[in-house]
Amino acid sequence: MNIGSEKIINRAYLLPGMPQPLLTPEAHPGYGKLRKAYEKVREEILASDADVILIYSEMWTSVIGHQIQAMPEPSLVYVDEEFHDLGTIPYQFKIDVSLAEAYNSEAQKRGLHSRTVAYEGFPMDTGTVVALKLINPDNRIPAVILSSNIYSDSAETALLAQAGLAALEKQGKKAIAIIISNLSKNMHHQFIDPKEDHIYSSMDDARNRELLKLLEEGRLDQFIHQDHYNLKPFWWMEALMRNQGLAFSGETIEYAPVSGCGCAVVSMSQTAIGKRTPVESLNLEKKQAVTLNVQELY
Amino acid sequence: MSKKGKIVAGFMAPHPPHLVYAENPPQNEPKAVCGWETLRWAYEGLREEIKQIEFDSFIVLSPHWRTFIGTHILAVPKVRGLSVDPIFPNLFRYHYDMKVDVELAEALHEAGRRHEVPTKLMRNPDFRVDYGTIVTGHLVNPSWDKPIVSLSCNCVSSSYNPDILEKGMYKLGIATREAIEKSGKKVILLASLSLSHQHFTTEGSLPEDMSLEHVSSHGYYMWDMKMLTLMKKGPCKEWLKLIPQFNKEAIAETNSGGLNWMMAAMNYPEYPAKIHGYGNVIGTGNAVVSWIPQEAPTI
Repeated sequence: MNIGSEKIINRAYLLPGMPQPLLTPEAHPGYGKLRKAYEKVREEILASDADVILIYSEMWTSVIGHQIQAMPEPSLVYVDEEFHDLGTIPYQFKIDVSLAEAYNSEAQKRGLHSRTVAYEGFPMDTGTVVALKLINPDNRIPAVILSSNIYSDSAETALLAQAGLAALEKQGKKAIAIIISNLSKNMHHQFIDPKEDHIYSSMDDARNRELLKLLEEGRLDQFIHQDHYNLKPFWWMEALMRNQGLAFSGETIEYAPVSGCGCAVVSMSQTAIGKRTPVESLNLEKKQAVTLNVQELY
Repeated sequence: MSKKGKIVAGFMAPHPPHLVYAENPPQNEPKAVCGWETLRWAYEGLREEIKQIEFDSFIVLSPHWRTFIGTHILAVPKVRGLSVDPIFPNLFRYHYDMKVDVELAEALHEAGRRHEVPTKLMRNPDFRVDYGTIVTGHLVNPSWDKPIVSLSCNCVSSSYNPDILEKGMYKLGIATREAIEKSGKKVILLASLSLSHQHFTTEGSLPEDMSLEHVSSHGYYMWDMKMLTLMKKGPCKEWLKLIPQFNKEAIAETNSGGLNWMMAAMNYPEYPAKIHGYGNVIGTGNAVVSWIPQEAPTI
């Protein structure tokens, strides 16, 4: 699928879903590095010719089919339910309503149970809010935001991606795709000083690095630790690329812990952008392996 | 010497937004023509029961305020805003305005600290209260004339294994009871949850079309009835020990730990519960149930 000789989506990004890089980047070196990584993404998006930012967030879960945000300018004063003490995030975003409705129509044509949501006060997830605040703060490019249906499998998610490509092609638009997902999701069980933040366990860290390596090499199908990760965003992203006949490769811009979770900013494109930065070369502190003793949890 | 506070009742009070939708209260924007009457009548019975009890505040544990680091406690004196259900925004857009018993919240936080339960007070005035708290709060007390304290659902407990959940909720329950006793207040506990929890994955064009409503499967119904039958019989430890299997086999919302917490706080009552009613909402099993100690002060 392409517009003329150009691809509809030739670039995608993985972004994490935690508020710390936005609200408290100074609290831990990793948060600051992630913040800088978001800013790099912002610069790349500004330099692109994308008409829309297409977002699939694992943090916006839906039960009744798929949901697509279609409020023209959703706005709210937002507080994260876990990290409410870090502050409030007022937001106002711009949505490409026409594309949202077209996406919904294409999804339904493919047999998916799908609907748009356009309600004042509809809750957006932390990941989407943080991403749009940091990569598109002036709302220069409108967005379309998709939920992650908890029951959808890889086949259905691939259909959802196809629907997106069809909608974009019909409207003659080009998009940047964003998937929002923390890698490992184990969080610390006790309140910690952010300065002491680290990936929850060495096992999580090892698996995260394995996933990042596979993303860099565009070999997501090789990732075997599926039980520990939510692969839906990656299925969607891979289907977007594959349905355009694209193989992709990635560059890990940053990888850091946030409250124990493995958080990464990864740029993915048809060809590597600039100099590839294998995750091993990132100067990341590796904490001593944590032996998980469930008896110590309480 | 100040009087010792007490837990005067505990209710299992499910939170399907459909029940508020069907009731058509002025706070809720969408309007219905009917729906889920048997469960709404069950709540009417519960409200009549509450009218006979002398109490100061509610404490509710809601599965829809999800936290991973400890249990968080709502501690802002007044909260108001518009709550929109992210799954059913077509049914629930509710303008809430509620008082919070901050003194009790702070007492609970202190008691949690003493019992090594990680707790955090939620003091951000811009925080939006979760729809589980609001739906249960409305259905139990639509006049909102009593203050409420909302507790988050600590997801870590249920992520590991049932023993972790039980241990964590036991400690939270003990801390809750201690906080209430020290406060001198009479408090009603609310476990806001459904029983079997396999939703339908599609919705009809008319949500309140009751011809489409039924339990998701016979197996889930059997499980719901087993649990309710044991609750009616009496000793709560008999059905509490089945919760891990119930959670696994019926995808039950008891995995939030709400009942474990409430029973621990009430010191594992031996007396029978009263089942006000049972009904299905988009396939899930829901029951309105009360545990009232014989010595609870009455009006």
